[in-house]
Amino acid sequence: MADNPVLELLLRRLEAADGGLDSAELATQLGVEHQVVVGAVKSLQALGEVIEAELRSTKCWELTTEGEEIAREGSHEARVFRSIPLEGLVQSELMRLPSGKVGFSKAMSNKWIRVDKNTADGPRVFQVVDSIEDEVQRRLQLVQAGQAEKLAEKERNELRKRKLLTEVTLKTYWVSKGKAFSTSISKQEAELSPEMISSGSWRDRPFKPYNFSARGVLPDSGHLHPLLKVRSQFRQIFLEMGFTEMPTDNFIESSFWNFDALFQPQQHPARDQHDTFFLKDPAEALQLPMDYVQRVKRTHSQGGYGSQGYKYTWKLEEARKNVLRTHTTAASARTLYCLAQKKPFTPAKYFSIDRVFRNETLDATHLAEFHQIEGVIADRGLTLGYLLGVLREFFTKLGITQLRFKPAYNPYTEPSMEVFSYHQGLKKWVEVGNSGVFRPEMLLPMGLPENVSVIAWGLSLERPTMIKYGINNIRELVGHKVNLQMVYDSPVCRLDTEPRSPQTQEAA
Amino acid sequence: MPTVSVKRDLLFQALGRTYTDEEFDELCFEFGLELDEITSEKQIISKEQGNVKAEGASDVVLYKVDVPANRYDLLCLEGLARGLQVFKERIKAPVYKRVMPKGEIQKLIITEETAKVRPFAVAAVLRNIKFTKDRYDSFIELQEKLHQNICRKRALVAIGTHDLDTLSGPFTFTAKRPSDIKFKPLNKTKEYTACELMNIYKTDNHLKHYLHIIENKPLYPVIYDSNGVVLSMPPIINGNHSKITVNTRNIFIECTGTDFTKAKIVLDIIVTMFSEYCENQFTVEAAEVVSPNGKSSTFPELAYRKEMVRADLINKKVGIRESPANLAKLLTRMCLKSEVIGDGNQIEVEIPPTRADVIHACDIVEDAAIAYGYNNIQMTLPKTYTIANQFPLNKLTELLRLDMAAAGFTEALTFALCSQEDIADKLGLDISETKAVHISNPKTAEFQVARTTLLPGLLKTIAANRKMPLPLKLFEISDIVVKDSSKDVGAKNYRHLCAVYYNKNPGFEIIHGLLDRIMQLLDVPPSEEKGGYVIKASTGPPIWFPGDSCRRPEALAAPLFTWLMASWAHYKALVSSGLTLHHAATLPRP
Repeated sequence: MADNPVLELLLRRLEAADGGLDSAELATQLGVEHQVVVGAVKSLQALGEVIEAELRSTKCWELTTEGEEIAREGSHEARVFRSIPLEGLVQSELMRLPSGKVGFSKAMSNKWIRVDKNTADGPRVFQVVDSIEDEVQRRLQLVQAGQAEKLAEKERNELRKRKLLTEVTLKTYWVSKGKAFSTSISKQEAELSPEMISSGSWRDRPFKPYNFSARGVLPDSGHLHPLLKVRSQFRQIFLEMGFTEMPTDNFIESSFWNFDALFQPQQHPARDQHDTFFLKDPAEALQLPMDYVQRVKRTHSQGGYGSQGYKYTWKLEEARKNVLRTHTTAASARTLYCLAQKKPFTPAKYFSIDRVFRNETLDATHLAEFHQIEGVIADRGLTLGYLLGVLREFFTKLGITQLRFKPAYNPYTEPSMEVFSYHQGLKKWVEVGNSGVFRPEMLLPMGLPENVSVIAWGLSLERPTMIKYGINNIRELVGHKVNLQMVYDSPVCRLDTEPRSPQTQEAA
Repeated sequence: MPTVSVKRDLLFQALGRTYTDEEFDELCFEFGLELDEITSEKQIISKEQGNVKAEGASDVVLYKVDVPANRYDLLCLEGLARGLQVFKERIKAPVYKRVMPKGEIQKLIITEETAKVRPFAVAAVLRNIKFTKDRYDSFIELQEKLHQNICRKRALVAIGTHDLDTLSGPFTFTAKRPSDIKFKPLNKTKEYTACELMNIYKTDNHLKHYLHIIENKPLYPVIYDSNGVVLSMPPIINGNHSKITVNTRNIFIECTGTDFTKAKIVLDIIVTMFSEYCENQFTVEAAEVVSPNGKSSTFPELAYRKEMVRADLINKKVGIRESPANLAKLLTRMCLKSEVIGDGNQIEVEIPPTRADVIHACDIVEDAAIAYGYNNIQMTLPKTYTIANQFPLNKLTELLRLDMAAAGFTEALTFALCSQEDIADKLGLDISETKAVHISNPKTAEFQVARTTLLPGLLKTIAANRKMPLPLKLFEISDIVVKDSSKDVGAKNYRHLCAVYYNKNPGFEIIHGLLDRIMQLLDVPPSEEKGGYVIKASTGPPIWFPGDSCRRPEALAAPLFTWLMASWAHYKALVSSGLTLHHAATLPRP
């Protein structure tokens, strides 16, 4: 602290002062810039209650740059007057002087000079009086000396109009002694050091207070991707509910497992080139479970298991065509087929969350690949009421409690239900998932017992994530164009708490 | 899901009452429809083409209703109104009847030549029909909706409707060389050959989508009347001669196609929907179709099928306890006329020709549930007792992800599909070396192949984030795909882990350290011995191979370590590591 003499002077003067002192006055007295005094006041304030400082603002008059020049060298008219020698000066020459133009007219109106137009070398200017009083300079000098109040208001305004004076607001401090006033203050410590601890000196040292309004330094850390944070939560929910994870690590699927096994007819529009990615290499599946394939073929083309079938010519080559799976239900079909081969039948609950692919038109909410979440329960005597109950429990874990169900159509479920939840932001019901009971035409050819029902539901992972994290464009969430800052900044995922902002949800 | 656009006031007139938008929305929801949009012709035009074009367009309020894809009977105002009226028990479902004509039956004779291009045809007559402008528009619109949906853009079935009074039977459905077919098509003023027409329609925004169905066939299908007048050249265009108008009284309908079942369904739908406007309501005049083998059949089928369903089955499947009589009533509300018979637990359900979607008892169960109200069903929890298991590969992935983040790396999530260039050229590889699976119908180069390495995705992530402060430390654990003839589909996923470190200076030791850390986490010691890991310089361009598994159940295949500074020239320095978290194929499956 001793290295700041102004600070020490301030404290000493304050000790002697009666009541307090003004920072601007002190600056004048000490002959330093006002800012230096202000700096000293601020660092004393930071120490706690050594001083008290009250901010005051006062108006005062200050010279402009031109005003300062005039106070120093005289007004333009005075300078014009002085530059004219006894024999006079050619007017055009006078006009070329720095103060010529402005000063000439003013000097004329003051009747200090005259122009003689009858001289040989053009108009010539002569002094009229012997000496002049430079009133403008005098007044400005008064202001400069801090005695602006000695001028009449009219005079000040005239100078202001000539842009020689401006009125400024001066912020000063009225400084008085604080509760802990002392003239001997020591430097504050910023950090606690091991030496201070071992010597015990920390007990007597003052420490700089922490600045809690500034941001701290974020730790160097790795981060998990927000979509995959949500995926972890969904996995957790399924595991909490006793669902076993299905293997879904096969992006390539035959049309058989992706469509035919699900009783999706071969002419179904989803099997169109416009909707599904087909493979050029390997173009066809090498093996299919042929016994099962025959049963599927028969069910499609002729019916059976109580069904009329679709009555069309089912083609094996169509079933062999490889695709990028369009839904994880293809993996569910494989899992259920495996389950059907286990005798005796044991009830099962399955889930999966993985990528699926659609050859669709891309937009702000659709990509060619996305993640599908799927839950499946296989047991004897499952009812639609059970499906409703499971969905209620599942969505409650997501923080969604207001549900209603709409009849819908899926090729492989019957009954089918779309799940809607009431959206607080949008003030309407929005679809949050799809569900249903798998058709017997799908289950019975697999070899599952007749009294076994399988209920299932699905939803996308991206949509709830976009709502959760307030992201409107799916490309800002998935793929290489993500902003890593978004990944760095995304909070932990707690699905059962309120999402961030209703405004961004709407767009999502 | 098809969307049907109907005039609101006409619909309300047909429903015999008005609804507020909310009430109608509610009704739709309950019935399994969705009121998608409330609009008007004017709004639609102004939205698509601007306000100027919309001037003078109709202000009449339109309801756009989403209809389930299998409910062809709801694809027009007539069907929607009928379905809802029966659902609300305001009317009984009409009984559709096929009648024989007083005079001679209309005949459609199929010749052998059709077999290779469009083998099936069915036909029917709507007699003494009374159109208005709205009814006529709805008739045309229904054909369009059927064409787009069940007919699969006319590939499976194409519909032709004709003013019977301008024609004289019997009709012949045959196939001819395109140059031998010549007629004046719908809305044209002169005759063209089929070849000329195919050329003209190449620029027709509507018809160009159907040309491919017959374009490359040597013979085109065509229907003539007994005077050689062309009725239609399915599935492209009708003749202008037999064009129907608002004033047409007698309509000859033919459906031709490659799927006989669907052709019959389409014909049934058209006649059941529009026989409402015939003098004898809901009756349809039969037509005879003679196959090339001389066998003759009568259409439309308008078949009513009886199904027996046990009441307790419905109750058990839905999870309700309704009396058989009540269940029969619920089903009747869904246009499935039902009555309790036999031991009092049997319900006899009559499936009308409009409900081709009902092919199994489960469809009947669903209708009972819809009529009961999905939202009235008691929610219960199944007592299925199960013990949950994680898929081991995913379990390991989850554990590693957390520790990768704990090691200071940030998780990326990149696309599984990419361009050939990404996985080959840019990594200094030839595409044939990659064993990549190739997509046959990508719309853009971004979807040519499935990735064979995670590296391109991470590099692209860095490229998109060059504004971020350095260093960038990224990782991804996800699947890649390679061809594998040992798998049933000929391809296999491998779970890979890839990490990159991007900074002004290489920092090889950082990625090296990360690899050592991963090995530590996986409990694989650095050792030349089996079960351990060693790092060797990669000789070729960077690529990670699935190698022989270690003996550990959940360990790595061949860990690879690669130093990469080439190919992606704009990176100042980049170090990356990749390894395969690949399980043996015998991984236990649930």
